[in-house]
Order: sequence, then C-alpha cells, then structure tokens
Amino acid sequence: MDAILLQLLNGLDKGGAYALIALGLTLVFGTLGVVNFAHGALFMLGAFCAVTFNKLLGLEKVVVDETQTTAWGTALEIRTPYIESWFGEFGSFLLNYSVPVSIIVAIPVMLVIGIVMERGLIKHFYKRPHADQILVTFGLAIVLQEIIKHYFGANPIPQAAPAAVAGSADIGAWLGLGDGLVYPWWRLVYFGFSAAVIAAVFAFLQFTTYGMVVRAGMRDSETVGLLGINIQKRFTVVFGIAAVVAGLAGVMYTPILPPDYHMGMDFLVLSFVVVVVGGMGSLPGAVLAGFLLGVLQSFASMNAVMTIFPGINQIIIYLVAVVILLTMPRGLLGREGVMED
Amino acid sequence: MKEMLNREPFALAAFSLVILLMPIWLTPFGANYPDLLQKFAIFAIFAMGFNILFGLTGYLSFGHAAFLGVGSYAAVWSFKLFTMNVIPAIFFGVAFAGIFALAIGYVSLRRSGIYFSILTLAFAQMSYNLAYSVLTPITNGETGLQLTLQDPRIIDNAFTTPGAGLPETNLFGIDMSGYPGFYFCAVVLIICFFITRRIFNSPFGLTLRGIKSNQNRMGYTGLNTRPYTLTAFVISGMFAGLAGSLLAVTDPLAGAERMQWTASGEVVLMTILGGVGTLIGPMLGAWLIKYLENIFSSFNEITLEHFFSFLPEGLQSFAVELASLFVGEGWHLTLGVLFMLIVIFLPGGLMEGWRRLLRRFSGGGGGKSEPAAAVQPAE
Repeated sequence: MDAILLQLLNGLDKGGAYALIALGLTLVFGTLGVVNFAHGALFMLGAFCAVTFNKLLGLEKVVVDETQTTAWGTALEIRTPYIESWFGEFGSFLLNYSVPVSIIVAIPVMLVIGIVMERGLIKHFYKRPHADQILVTFGLAIVLQEIIKHYFGANPIPQAAPAAVAGSADIGAWLGLGDGLVYPWWRLVYFGFSAAVIAAVFAFLQFTTYGMVVRAGMRDSETVGLLGINIQKRFTVVFGIAAVVAGLAGVMYTPILPPDYHMGMDFLVLSFVVVVVGGMGSLPGAVLAGFLLGVLQSFASMNAVMTIFPGINQIIIYLVAVVILLTMPRGLLGREGVMED
Repeated sequence: MKEMLNREPFALAAFSLVILLMPIWLTPFGANYPDLLQKFAIFAIFAMGFNILFGLTGYLSFGHAAFLGVGSYAAVWSFKLFTMNVIPAIFFGVAFAGIFALAIGYVSLRRSGIYFSILTLAFAQMSYNLAYSVLTPITNGETGLQLTLQDPRIIDNAFTTPGAGLPETNLFGIDMSGYPGFYFCAVVLIICFFITRRIFNSPFGLTLRGIKSNQNRMGYTGLNTRPYTLTAFVISGMFAGLAGSLLAVTDPLAGAERMQWTASGEVVLMTILGGVGTLIGPMLGAWLIKYLENIFSSFNEITLEHFFSFLPEGLQSFAVELASLFVGEGWHLTLGVLFMLIVIFLPGGLMEGWRRLLRRFSGGGGGKSEPAAAVQPAE
C-alpha cells in the first residue's frame, strides 16, 4: 500500500511536467495548426531562466581578510553576495527562494520569446505542409539548445529548492499509514503548482471573453475573422501563453532535475507521445494523458514490476502510445475532424 | 547529353566514374583522406535509402537512425561470433535492419502525417533507451560494442590461429581500412544507386509517388496502399542497416548514440538539403554535410584568430568570439541554422537551387514560374 501510494505521488510530479508541456503543444496546435518541435526547447529555456536568475543573484563580493587565515595558511576570503550586502535579510530571502522567485522573471521573458518566435518564424509556416513545420521547428530547437550549450556548458547545473521545502514531507503520518512514507516537499509543491497553472489556463479559456474568442477561433477561425475580430493577434498571444506555461514548467522543475541543454528534447518526445495519447487538439486529453503516463511510468519502475518485465520503465510510455494509437486512433479524448486522414 | 544520361548504362558509368575518382577530384577541396571518403559513401547510402521513403511516399520518418544502429550492432556481432569477413557482417546488418523495419513499419504505417513521424520517433527513442539499459548484454550499454580478444569468431578460428592483436575487418584477405575500405563502400554505393534508380523508374516507384500526391485517390482507384508504403519503409530501413554495417566495417564499433534522434535528424537534413525526391540530391546533401562537419569541427580559436587577423584588434576579437559559436564544439549550431535556412528559403534543396539557376540562364530571364515540386506530407 505504501509503495503504491509512493509511486502514485512520484508519477504525479513528472506527470505534471508532461501535462504542462503537452498543454502548450495542444494549445499551439489547436489555434495555429502548427506542430511545434521547438516546444521542448521552451521548457529548457524556462529552466535556464531560473539558472540565470540564480547566477545573477549569487554574484559575490570577495573581501580578503588578512587577519584571519584558512587551514592552508592563506588569507581568508569572505564572500558575500551583493544582494545580501544591499538588502540584508530580504537579500538572503531572495537567494533562498531564487527558484520560485524566478517565476516572476520567467513570465515576461518567456512571453516575449514566444511572441518573437511566432511572429518571426512560425507565422510564415501556416500554409506550408506539416512536414515543413516539423522540420523548421526542429532546426530551431537545435539552434536554441546549442546556444544554451555554448553559454552554460554541457553539464547539468543543480538548483536548490528553498530551505523551507527542501526536506521531505511525512505523508504516512498525515494519512495514518505509519512512518515509512516520506516524500520530498518540493515534488508536492510541483504537483500543486502544475495543477494551479493548468487550472489558470482552463479558467482563462473558459471564463474570460478573450478566452471565449480564442475557443471560437479554434473551432472556426475564418468565421471569427469575418466577424471583424483580429483572431491572428489572439493566436499569437496564445502562442506566448503556451511558451510561458512551458517555461514555468521548466523553472519549477529545476530542483527536481538539474537542467542541461538537451532536457528539452528529452521531454519533447515524451510530450508528443502524451499529446497523441490524449488526442490531438484536446486540452483535457493532454492533461489527463500527461498525468496518466507519468503515473504509469512510475509504477513501471517499481521493483516488483521490474523483476517481471526488465526495462519496462524505459519503454512503457511508448508501448502505451502504440497500443492507444492502434486501438483508438483519435487518442483518449480526441475530437473528430482534427488531424484526421 | 541529357538523353544520354537517361540511358541506364551511361548513367551508371558516369556515376561510377564520379564515385571511384573521388580521391582525385576531392584533393583540391582538401577532403582526400580515407576516413572522410568512407563517410561520404556510407552516408550517401543512408540518405538515398531515407529518400526512398520520404522522397517517394512523403512519409517523414524521425526514427531512421534506429535501423542504422541495428545494422551496426548486427555487423559487429557477426565480427565477434563468426568471422572478420565483411560479407556476412553486411548480410546480417541488412537482414536484421530489414526485420526490425518490418516490425516498426507495420505498426507505424497504420497512421500517416504527423502521427507517423511521432510514432517512428517514439520507436527510435525506445530502441535507444533499451540499448542503453536492459539490452546491455547485447549492446554493451554506454561503452559501446567492441571487438575483444576473447571473441569466439568460430569460422576464422577454425581455419587460422588468431594473432596477438585485434584482427582487422577484411574482404577475403583485403584489409578494410583506408582506401580499400573506401573503394569497397564506393562499390556498394554504386550498387545502391543502381537499385535506387531502378526503383525510381519502376511502376512501383510511380505508385509510391501517387501515394505521396494523394493517398485517398490512390485508394479510390482500388489500390491497397499499405503494402506499397510498407515495402518502401522496409527497403529504406535495409539501406540504413547497410549503411550501419558499413560503418562497422570501416571501424568495428557500435554505440547506442548512433540511434539517437539527433542522428535521425541528420539524415532528414541531408535529404532536405540535397533535394527531397530527387535521385542524387540526398547524396549531395550527405556529402556537403559531412564535408562541412569535417571543416567546421576542426576549427578552433587559434585558427579563427589567424583567419581574422586582417581585422583591427577590437573587431578581430569580436569576430573570433562570434565565429567560435559556430565552429568546433558549436558545429551543431551551424547545422541547425543551415537546416532552418534550407527549409525556409529553399524547400527543394540544392537540386531545386540548381534548377532555378539553370532556368535563369537558359530560359531567357527566367520568367516562367513553374510550380515548385514542394514537399507534400502524406495526408
């Protein structure tokens, strides 16, 4: 029982990341009809927003204190981050909470990146075949990740979660299941965060006039355009929002997985599978499939399962995708008429 | 001239001449050394095979590197278990890649368009993950599969006593390293060219083109398209397996990174760069990419400083800084940029550019704007 609950929790945070990326992919596909292979790169860029922010905060002033010496006999260097010497308490608070605080930085940055990407490149590919869209965004993904590699190096850069949530939560005690069940706080935070972001996106689309127009545009953009609404502009904003969602997923994921330049592609392949399983163009499907596949993957990595099917944890997602595509070609919640052939 | 080239014997003779004389005509370009020449021939085969699928049927596979990897593994196992002769190695490489392609193609080809791309990508990533983890006894995981002194090599050891060092791959006694290795790959490439040319001109090739331009209509005429696409998929998988086994022939190693999506992306790029659906375009694309890779990745800061030494001090360091993004370790950035530029501005690749040039010079100002043979996805 404990083990099953633990795997369920394990799956939820990974599933949260899949769901957030897949949500953005589906939004872009549903509005602009573009298959964006560079979406994983946006996730990666978000993660590197957090890294950059943390690096900037961590710039240190080095004071050499001649009176004290270290164990090696050299003068002691006292390092204080500028931010602490300027703001004192608040500075160290910022440093501690650098990952969540970098959300504030990441939102405008990702929005701008998304809109520039759409206006500068993707706009010219609406009328081109899907193969061309795949190819050009694939090229863009390579370019983005190589630029990151040039400036940040090829090694993963670990990021610390805030001290308050760095430990583990004693979930077993809450549920009265005994002491054995502990789970990292940050992963619970991540799950809550992804749920909140997903809820916000859905609320935006469902309860605002802007969102209503976007939904109408997803159904039939031509008619919406004939009604005198500049639907193209709104779709560009939606692309920006999708970029923000992917970026935020990346920012918050940094304490779980130290970011490196190719994390985007790793997640992208899985997220595409998620989108296909959920049903191309279906937002609830993307979210559902994201969590479902995350949980399935973590169950597949249980020891009990691994002894029966060795290596199943590596391929379970792909296997599920193959089975789903062959039995329900539209995916779990796919709508009729979207990407039908 | 053109009519002559359309006749098969002439086309083959001309092609063979160009390929076999590569060590001579590539010398002025500084590309005349066996390692690079071998790569030219091998990746030309890979791209040609990929083009049979993507160019003729329009199905964009993002997992072709998996077949390359399988071919390599099978070939190295043949070296380890049976003999260092390359013929069985190639046979096993092609056969295993073919079987593998049959299985993957059977499932993936049930869907088309973007679904097909994602399915093949998923299968390739699955193979890559498996090669890295569970299949370590077969693939030797991260280290890669290598020859060892303890290998059984039953056939070789039955006839000769093993030497002290690791044996070399050979073709009935001819060592397959250096120029002999290149000539061997070149002959295989010429055979592949012959096969590809036959496929392009056959009724089968015509059917595949029909599927590319409109699969539904092909269906309405009473043709079951799936066996045709599956055959094309398996043939192109076998070409990839052949290329993989040749990689193992010239250098008896096989690693999982050959199956990664970047490798699949590279062959897509070669084909696009050269010209999708043309006979020799993919080969030219493969040559250009391997040539550029060779040049760009050998650059470093010092060569760059030398190169920009004519500039004033400040400008020089700026130019070096900027250029160093694209060379050496950053070669993949150049690749990505090239990829985007080609897809954006020249979807028909080098062959399309060549045709445009020809039209400009011969067609009296090039007023005729003939609809370009755009890449159609399989819908």
